[in-house]
This record gives sequence, C-alpha cells and structure tokens, in this order.
Amino acid sequence: MEEQVRSFLKSSFGDAIIREDDFRGQQSLYITPETLAPICEELLQNSELDIKYLSDITSLDWLGHEEEKNGRFEVIYNLYSLSHRYRFFLKVRLPGDNPEVSSLSHLWQAANWLEREVYDMMGIRFEGHPDLTKILTPDELEGHPLRKDFPLTWEQPQFSWNKDRPPEVIK
Amino acid sequence: MPEEKTIELNMGPQHPATHGVLRVVLELDGETVVKARPVIGYLHTGIEKTMESKLYYKALPATDRMDYLAPMSNNLGYCLAVEKLMDIEVPEKVKWARACLAELTRVNSHLVWLGTHAIDLGAMSMLLYAFRERELILDVYEACGGQRMMTSYIRIGGLAHELPKDFDRKVRKIVTVVRERLHDYEALLTNNEIFIRRTKGVAVISAEEAINYSLSGPMLRGSGVKHDMRKANPYSGYENFDFDIPVGKNGDAYDRYLLRLEEIRQSLRIAEQVIDGMPEGPYRAHVPGVVLPPKEDVLYKMESLIFHFMIITEGFKVPFGAVYQAIESPKGELGFYISSDGSNKPHRVRVRPPSFINLASLPRLVEGRLFADVVCAIGSVDIVLGEVDR
Repeated sequence: MEEQVRSFLKSSFGDAIIREDDFRGQQSLYITPETLAPICEELLQNSELDIKYLSDITSLDWLGHEEEKNGRFEVIYNLYSLSHRYRFFLKVRLPGDNPEVSSLSHLWQAANWLEREVYDMMGIRFEGHPDLTKILTPDELEGHPLRKDFPLTWEQPQFSWNKDRPPEVIK
Repeated sequence: MPEEKTIELNMGPQHPATHGVLRVVLELDGETVVKARPVIGYLHTGIEKTMESKLYYKALPATDRMDYLAPMSNNLGYCLAVEKLMDIEVPEKVKWARACLAELTRVNSHLVWLGTHAIDLGAMSMLLYAFRERELILDVYEACGGQRMMTSYIRIGGLAHELPKDFDRKVRKIVTVVRERLHDYEALLTNNEIFIRRTKGVAVISAEEAINYSLSGPMLRGSGVKHDMRKANPYSGYENFDFDIPVGKNGDAYDRYLLRLEEIRQSLRIAEQVIDGMPEGPYRAHVPGVVLPPKEDVLYKMESLIFHFMIITEGFKVPFGAVYQAIESPKGELGFYISSDGSNKPHRVRVRPPSFINLASLPRLVEGRLFADVVCAIGSVDIVLGEVDR
C-alpha cells in the first residue's frame, strides 16, 4: 500500500510532496498546503486505493523547536482505508503568522467539527469552512490554548474569586 | 409575528437525557426538528494541554478522566502509543490481561449505556439491573488497581501490580452472571412494544454517510460496515482470540441496541478465553530506565531503586517522532497521536475522541424527525461528555 499511495501522489501531483517520513512503520507525507484539497478530492475518487475514511485532523505547534524553520504549525490529516486496513498521514506545514489552509468540510462531513476544534485550540484558519467558530472553549476566552505560548496556569475567563488576583504564570 | 413558524428550544446543558452537560439548540416547527445545533465544551478541562506539561508516566492518570466509563480502554490506548513510540514489547501475559480488562471495560460501558438508554425511553428497571451487574466489574477494578473508576491500572510497559489472586474466579463469575442475565435484559426490551416503537427507524444513518461522518464503533457497525480495530489492526494480542464482529442492517437505534448486546456477549467470550489460556510470566516488561522496575526489586536491589528514582523524577528521553495508536474502545476508534520533540515530556498528545466525532452526526440524525426522537438519538450515539470535551 505504501508504494501505491506514493506512486499515486507522484503521478498526479508530482511536486506536491516535500518530504516523506517513515517512523515506526507509519507513513507520513509532507505536502504543500495548496495541493491538500485537490489531493483529497482525487483520493475520494480513486476506488483502487479506497481511502475514504478521514480518521482525524490534528495540529502541532513547533514554537521554539528547531523544526520551526519549516513552518511553525503542522496540520495532520489522518486517513484510513477501510478495505485495505491501511493508515497514512498527510501533513502540511504552515507559517506562524496567519496560518491558513483550505477546508475539507465539503468532502467529509466529519471535517466540520474537527477543523473547528483545530481552529479553537490552535488558531489555524480553514478557508471555505461553513461555520468556523469556537467549539470547546468559552466565547470570552482569548487566544488558543494549545499554542505553546499560551500559559498553562493562566485562568481565563476570570471568575469573581480571582478577578483581582490573577494567578501567577508558572513557566 | 405571524410569519414566524418555528420556535427555538434550548435542551440542556442540565437535562437528564443528555448524559452530562450537552446542550442542543433545537429549531422546532410544531413537533418536527428543523435544525439542531449541539453546543459542547462545558466539561472542557484542557486534558491535552495538561498532558504536555507532564512526564510520560505522570500524564497517564489524565486519560482515565476522559471517558470515565471506560478507564481501562483509555489507559490501554495511551500506554500502547507510548510503547510504540519507545519500541517496547510487553510480555505475553500482560497483553492477555490487558485484553481481558479492556473487554470487561466494554461490558461495563455498554451496561451503563443500556441502563441509561432504557431509562431515557421509559424503562426504569433496566437501569437498576444494569448497574447491579456493573458492580461486579467495578469490584474487579478495585481488586486490580485499588479504585473503582479512575483505575490507572495499565501502565507503560505493563501493569501497575500483579493481577489479584482471585482474578480468574472473579472474571469467571462475571462471565456466567452477565451471560445469564443478558436473557433477562432481552426479555425486558428486545420484544417490548414500547421500546421497539421508540427505537426502530429512529436516528437512521446509512453506511456511506457513516463513513463520510467518520463514525466508528457501534455507530459505524450498526449501519452495516464491518470494521473493528481489534480485527483490522490487531493490538494487545487480539489476534489470538476467537470472536465475531456483529453488524447491523438498518443503521437505526434498535439495530445499535441489538449490536451492543451482542458485543457484550463477544466481550465475555474473549474474557473467558483469556482466563482459560492466560500465559505465565512477569507483569511488566524489563526495560531498564524506561519501565518502572517491580516494587519488590525496588525494596531490595540498589540498581532498581536508582532506576525507579530516575524514572519518577526525570522520566525518560523519547526519540524524536510521532506515532498514532488506535484501539477499539466501547465508543469507537479511540486514538492517541503522540508527538515527541526528543525530550522527556510529550510535545503534543492528541486524543481522537470517538464520542466527539460520533456526536457531530447528531444534527443529521434528528433533523426532520420528531422532537421526542432527539432523546433516543442522543442515547443511541452513546456519548460521554468527559471525552467529547476533554
């Protein structure tokens, strides 16, 4: 399957693959952000590969790590083929300021909430999402909690008991 | 306003049928649901962020608190992911014991689901029966990990302690008792006219849509897709056991009810196989510096004491990389994506929450249906808000 996925991407989207990674038997392909939506569209059309299950969307923040040079944010698309029982990852790297990638919610209904969660927790915008709003955190919370520069103990929104004495930030 | 035909109704967050703190904003036209918008996040506790700040060992207790009806499954998923990251092979006995505990957890979770789903639909006594049987499983948890719910019994590289002495006897008792009483449940519900009318043809989702919504677990299998992580990508020794994957036909709430009952039967079958053929061996892998040495050694051997001290205070270094490990939790595909930056703390732990993703299909299940079916639909999705919000 690994070969098939690779050759499919190489033949249809020759220069889309930036880097390949194989860690503990898991195939990851770093692709350019603009090719993400076309690749997924093609994957859904392709009945031979039969990769129709979007298992998960998640994101990483590489702030302060040497990996940051390739782009601060990483969005990971976890794809699965139910018939081949094969899982692989499409990854895109996005810059630190104004990270944005095209939405997949027109292809998978599941992407709707998953992208909203990534937006809420990591602050990555999904272009073309029908309802890109907060999903887990309160409306009045500012910032995106899973970013590395979001302090761990800072309580926001403030309650009556900590309004005057905001808790100290422990690094 | 005469032209206004619909009304907006707020259901939850404090509503007994939403199984926690789920809020659903419903737009109603008479008794028909025009639009449903689930609002979640009331139980958001930042578990993923918390885990980033802890050593790999110390992040484990946070996993219990997500799906609090299936603590062992969460422990198992996390530990398998870390073991994959560290490339640790656990002893055969550990695999079997873990599989047994995970299956008991499935029975536990399905029993709670059965009780609460039935009480939502008006069958009061079912809850009492289901919780009576659940007590037996919680007794096993208590004997293993010392706690009834937040067990943290499955640890990185093995188990927290040796299995209790009468583990066999206790599990065997569960298998016989629950198997016997499943007949009683079926007598109460399966041919119950009221129950059938409330569930048959309600909250229907087709196989294609189920895949498009990335549903997993009983929600996916109820629509006729034969997919189970235990068979598809076996982990923790599941390839050794003989069991079937039940699938539904119509993808409605009634099919999912039948399917979950059958899953309880299959889980009992696996638990029985484990008890019959449990291999001998240590309860923890021997990987110095990574897996905690057994407590007996820590008390008498200096090296073990040093390793114990180092692991607890400094943890262990993890190679740079990221792994994803999925298991079949009672709710569906529970996955842990752990990214490591080479230090002793996880760079990012992402939980693929089956409840969250299954819940996303709720508007699809209830829109265009009667208002009374919303309760049935929420129940049949089987959500735990601790896992939805994390």
